[in-house]
Amino acid sequence: MTAHAAPAPVGGRLVTKTTVVLAGMMLAMGAVLVLRLVYGLGAVTNLNNGYPWGLWIAWDVTIGTALAGGGFSTALLVYVLNRGQYHPLIRPALLAALLGYLQAGLSVFVDLGRWWDFWHIFWPTYAQPSSVLFEVALCIMAYIVILMIELLPAVLERLHWQNARKRLDRVLFVFVAIGVLLPTMHQSSLGTLLVVFGPQVHPLYQSNLLPLLFLTSTVGMGYAAVTIEAAISSVGLERPFEKEILAKLLAIGRGLMGLFLFVRLCDVVYRGALSHTYTPSLPMFTFWLENALLSVPLWLLASKKNAQRAKYLFLSAMAMALGGIVYRLSAFLVAYQTGAGWSYFPSLGELTVTTGLIAFEVLGVIVAVRLLPILPAAPERTLTP
Amino acid sequence: MSAIDFWLETSRVAKAMEQSEALGAAERRFGVRRRDFLHFAATLVASMGLPTSALGAVVNAMTQSKRPSVIWLQFQECTGCTESLLRAEHPTLEKLLLELISLDYHETLAAAAGHQVEAARKAAMKENAGRYLLVVEGAIPTRENGIYCKVGGQTAVDLVQEVAADAAAVISIGSCASWGGMPSTSPNPTGASSVGAVLGKSVVTIPGCPPNPYNFLSTVVHFLTFGALPEVDARGRPKFAYGRLIHENCERRAHFDAGRFATRFGDEGHRQGWCLYKLGCKGPETYANCPQLLFNDCGAGAWPVGTGHPCIGCTEEGVGFTKPIHQLAVLKTVTPPTQFARPAEPQGQGATVVTAGAAAVLGGLAIGAGLKLASKLGNKDGEPGEKS
Repeated sequence: MTAHAAPAPVGGRLVTKTTVVLAGMMLAMGAVLVLRLVYGLGAVTNLNNGYPWGLWIAWDVTIGTALAGGGFSTALLVYVLNRGQYHPLIRPALLAALLGYLQAGLSVFVDLGRWWDFWHIFWPTYAQPSSVLFEVALCIMAYIVILMIELLPAVLERLHWQNARKRLDRVLFVFVAIGVLLPTMHQSSLGTLLVVFGPQVHPLYQSNLLPLLFLTSTVGMGYAAVTIEAAISSVGLERPFEKEILAKLLAIGRGLMGLFLFVRLCDVVYRGALSHTYTPSLPMFTFWLENALLSVPLWLLASKKNAQRAKYLFLSAMAMALGGIVYRLSAFLVAYQTGAGWSYFPSLGELTVTTGLIAFEVLGVIVAVRLLPILPAAPERTLTP
Repeated sequence: MSAIDFWLETSRVAKAMEQSEALGAAERRFGVRRRDFLHFAATLVASMGLPTSALGAVVNAMTQSKRPSVIWLQFQECTGCTESLLRAEHPTLEKLLLELISLDYHETLAAAAGHQVEAARKAAMKENAGRYLLVVEGAIPTRENGIYCKVGGQTAVDLVQEVAADAAAVISIGSCASWGGMPSTSPNPTGASSVGAVLGKSVVTIPGCPPNPYNFLSTVVHFLTFGALPEVDARGRPKFAYGRLIHENCERRAHFDAGRFATRFGDEGHRQGWCLYKLGCKGPETYANCPQLLFNDCGAGAWPVGTGHPCIGCTEEGVGFTKPIHQLAVLKTVTPPTQFARPAEPQGQGATVVTAGAAAVLGGLAIGAGLKLASKLGNKDGEPGEKS
C-alpha cells in the first residue's frame, strides 16, 4: 500500500460567488417545496395519474443515488477487496453518497402524495413488506444512517476526539459491510420497480434483467461521479488531479460498461426485441443514445496512452455518467408508456426543485471539504509550479 | 366457477337433457318449449348457487313431483308481491308457478269467494296436514287484538296461527311479511308485525318490495327438489339470494371506488351512469341479489340502480321505509377514501416552450461546464514535468 497524505480540511472562505448562487438555487427550491407541501403536487408538478412518477423520482432518486453509488463501490474496492491505493477517494465518495442519498430521501418525501403519512413506512402495522417501494424506502433511509456513521471519523478527527475515533474504528467494519450491501439491494430494486410495470415499459427496456442492469450501471456511474468530483475539486480548488488512481478506477468502470452493453444486447436478442432497435421510436433513439454514451470509455480509453490522460479520463467519466442518466430518465419517463393520451414533461417547479437539490449537493461538498478532513492534504504550493 | 363457465356448463347439460323423456312430460304439462323450460330451470339453479349437476334433479322434481299444496294468505299488503309473480314479462313464469304448485287458497286468484273459498282452504289444510306450504304476503296488525285486519271474521293473527300450525314450512314473501315492511313504519298505528314475530319462530323470509320472483320460485323449487327449504341466515333469508350486499355486485361499483358520484338527478355524473351513493343509494347496507338477477327478464340494467334511481333498501329492515330515500347509506364494508381522483382526469401537460427551453438550457450548461472542465484538465495534461 502506498502511503497517502492524510486528509485535511481545505479551508478557505465559505461565502463566495459560487456558494451564494448555489444558496439562491436552494432558496428557490424551498419556495417551490412550500407551495407543494401546502397546495399539493398538482400545484407545482406536471404529474398526473398516468405519470405518477416524474422528474423527482427519475432524476433525484434513481439518478441521484446512482451517481452517489461511488460511496459503496469505492468502499467495496478499498475495504472489501483491500485495494488500499484507492484510499484517497473514499471520503469524497462517501460524502457525495451521503449528500446524494439525503437529497433522494428528501425528494421521495416531497413526492409522497400524503407526505404527512410518511411515518407509516416505519410503523409495522402500516408497512407493506412485500412492496418493492417499501424495500427501496427502508434501504435508502438505513443507508443514510450508515453513511453518516461511515463519515463520522472525519468529524471526530476535526473535533480531535481521538478516543471516540479509536473506539469507532473497532466497529466501523460492520457499518462498512452493511454500507456495501444496502445499495446493491435498493439499486437493483430501482430496476425491479420497472419490472413490475410490465408491458407499460417499452420492450427495449422491459426485462427481467433490469435489476442487474441497474446495479452494473450504478457502479459505473458511481466511479464516473467520483472522477468528475475529483476533476471539479482539482480545477476548482487548484489541487492535483489523482490521475493514476482514477485511471484504474475507470478501467474497472470501463469493464463494467462493456459487461453492461454485452448483457443488454444479449438480453434484447434473447427477448426477441431486436426489431425494436431499428424500428423508429423515441425509446429506440434513447436506447442508441445511451448505449453510444456508455460505450465511450470502451474506445476512448482503449489505448494505454489515452487511458492516462486527464482530459480523456474526465470525458469518459462524463459520457458514462451522461449515459447512465439518459438510461434512467428514458427507462422511467420515455420508455414508460402508460397508454394513449397521457403525457408528461417536468414543470418549471419540478426543474427548480431538482436544480435546487443538485445545488444542495454541490454546496454540501464545498462546505464539507472546506471544514472537514475529506480530501487528502494538498502538497505545498511551492511544489507545484 | 365463473358465471360464464357456469353458463357454458349448464348449456351443455341442458343440451344433453333436451332429448330426455322427462322433458317431453314437461312440455306437455307446462305447455312450454323444452328449451324455454330448461332455460328457466337453469336460471333457478344458477340463482340458488347450486352445482350444474343439480339441474337434472331440479328438472326431475319439477316434472315428476306431486305438486305441493300451497295456501297463500294476504294481510296488510298491496298485492305487489303477487303482481310481480304474475305480471312478469317472461311469458312462462306465472304458468310454471301455477303448474308447479297447487295453489289451493289465494284471495287474488281464487275463482271462488266468500264461505266457499274459506271451505276450500279448510279442506286443503285437512287433506294435506303437515305437508302444505304456507306463504304469507303482508304484515299482520297486532294492536287492539288484531282487529285492523280480518278475513271471513277471523283476525289476521288467528288466521296465520291456525294455518301455520299444520304447515310443512312457512314462507314470508315481501318485506311486510318478512319484517313488517311499510305498514310497520313509525308510528305504526296498527302494530303491524312480521309473520316470524306473530308465530314466535323464525320462518323463511323473501323480503323485497316486491321481492324478485325468481328468489321465491327458487325457494319453492329447492323445497320440491330436496324436500327442505334452502339455507337461511339469522333473519331467515335464503343465503343464495341475500348473502351479499347490493353494493358488492353493483355494476356502478367501480365508480364508487373511483369517487365518481352523481350528486343531483340529471347532472353530468348521473347522465354518465356514475355511482348513486351520494343520492342516497342504500346498496351499501342492503342485502339482496338485485344486480345479478335483475327484474322483468328484459335484459341489462333492469333494476332500480340500473335505471338511475338510488336503491331504497326495500329488502332491509331498518333501511327501507325507515330511512329517508336520499339519506346517505351506512357503509358496511368499505368506506370511501377521504380524497378521490378528479372525475375528469387530466392526462398531463407535455413539454412547453418554457419547460423544454429550461431543460435544454440546464442540460446545455452542464455539458458546457463539463467541456470547459475537460479543456482545463487538458491543459494540466500538457503541463511539463507534471507528476500525478
